Amino acid sequence: MSVDLATVKRVARLARIAVTEEDANRMVGELNGIIDFVEQLSEVDVTGVEPMTSVTPMDMRKRQDAVTDGDKAEDVVANAPVTDRNFFLVPKVVE
Amino acid sequence: MTELTSLTIAEAREKLSSKEITSVELTKAYVDAIDAFNGTFNAYITTTPEKAMDMAKASDERRASGKVGALEGIPLGIKDLFATEGIHTQACSHILDGFKPKYESTVTQNLWDDGAVMLGKLNMDEFAMGSSNETSFYGPVINPWKAEGSNQQLVPGGSSGGSAAAVAAHLCAGATATDTGGSIRQPAAFTGTVGIKPTYGRCSRWGTVAFASSLDQAGPIARDVRDAAIMLKSMASVDKKDTTSVDLPIPDYEAALGQSVKGMKIGIPKEYRVDNMPEEIEALWQQGIAFLKDAGAEIVDISLPHTKYALPAYYIVAPAEASSNLARYDGVRYGLRVDGKDIADMYEKTRAAGFGTEVKRRIMIGTYVLSAGYYDAYYLQAQKVRTLIKRDFETVFHAGVDAILTPATPSSAFGIADENLAADPVAMYLNDIFTVTVNMAGLPGIAVPAGLDKKGLPLGLQLIGKPFEEETLFRTAHVIEQAAGKFTPAKWW
Repeated sequence: MSVDLATVKRVARLARIAVTEEDANRMVGELNGIIDFVEQLSEVDVTGVEPMTSVTPMDMRKRQDAVTDGDKAEDVVANAPVTDRNFFLVPKVVE
Repeated sequence: MTELTSLTIAEAREKLSSKEITSVELTKAYVDAIDAFNGTFNAYITTTPEKAMDMAKASDERRASGKVGALEGIPLGIKDLFATEGIHTQACSHILDGFKPKYESTVTQNLWDDGAVMLGKLNMDEFAMGSSNETSFYGPVINPWKAEGSNQQLVPGGSSGGSAAAVAAHLCAGATATDTGGSIRQPAAFTGTVGIKPTYGRCSRWGTVAFASSLDQAGPIARDVRDAAIMLKSMASVDKKDTTSVDLPIPDYEAALGQSVKGMKIGIPKEYRVDNMPEEIEALWQQGIAFLKDAGAEIVDISLPHTKYALPAYYIVAPAEASSNLARYDGVRYGLRVDGKDIADMYEKTRAAGFGTEVKRRIMIGTYVLSAGYYDAYYLQAQKVRTLIKRDFETVFHAGVDAILTPATPSSAFGIADENLAADPVAMYLNDIFTVTVNMAGLPGIAVPAGLDKKGLPLGLQLIGKPFEEETLFRTAHVIEQAAGKFTPAKWW
């Protein structure tokens, strides 16, 4: 499988990263280099092998579904670039 | 009188305890050293001298009142990946510009609870993606080591390059670091320091900026094996805020030092003898084998057949997890925002301006391998191969092997702005060829300096252990350290 310019642009769009024509052209070569390198995995026989989901077999610890934290609206928005009365502000999404 | 900054943590602990020195004196010595020499190394990207002196003063007061923590009064450097309340935390990325968290990471909180003093935040590859510290938004770190007769500036390795350089140049007594594919062990090897990546789950990941969540682990970089043992004991904890942190007792790692390795079975994996491996690395490995044999360990040849697939599997799993983790940097909740004509345009422009080239490359790879039609061929296949890699280790451990000895890196430190590496991302990735298997299997691994190459640069050996048997690694690494000695760069700064 090889990556072409259209694929690079599509993936950049999915990843929400603006790319210039020059970036995209450079990435074609780089991504193909990496994809070629990882391609060797296809030669491994994985018949009957479970995909790893956790390195240590463990049961997920659970807790009561109860409020343990909160009332920190000002802390939550403190690092946001643009806010108004503890809301995050974004460009208009709905007309 | 010896310089205070040349004391190891264990030595400083003794002098503090006997009231020969105070934490204020010790901390002031580090603050002055950072003032004088950080410009040379670019190891710290932000320093907190006032906070350091306040913490030192408070530590001396605690000590006077009889309350002495395990790291009481010891000045440490903190990798920029750890959230530190009210203090610059940016994973050395432009996209987190101005981020000052309202909370403290569990690992750093554990250190402060044990009495440690913070000197500042250390440089690293952006989002811990790199093996040379050259992807940092704040510029490269300079290795305190230079080849004999050469003035060339060398990299300290990465991603924890600032941590390793600061420890080697005596700009902190010890440092926190993190390791996703080798980011503690490779820089430790490049700087003649000791670094341990503990078992996945040993340290809480809460408050550590996420790169690849199934691989990331925090650990220390320190001057010697004892200091690394002291630091890890304080850093490790079970944490309600990280459900993958493990509820197992934390042993007194220091107590393992000096215990004999007689009768211990040390595995030598034949698959780590890679093509084009420099003779010096092979010689170092043989030297390590001889050290352990002399100490009474039994050396056995072993096979880990899926070793060669660990790095390609890593370069699917890690970017896939990163592309998901880094989706949160969208110009809305924190950091950089670049305005656009609509919300999608704002996202795209913010991320284009905020992420560096290597980070973008990995997000792109991750997005590609997770995209419709490719998931099974890449991601699922890589996770299955990961199961096989782990099974390789389980098989040898089950057969009685106590620890595995390998080289830590395929070379000594290389030059800043190496043209061949800049042109070929995969060549840079090969730096992690010996370390990455350990992350894929969630095992503990320690890098310990074991000699110098012909150029006079440090080389490290790696020991890999069973899950949660860090004590075995400390014990065995200490034997190597005793035999090889310690390595300090000749001071040119």
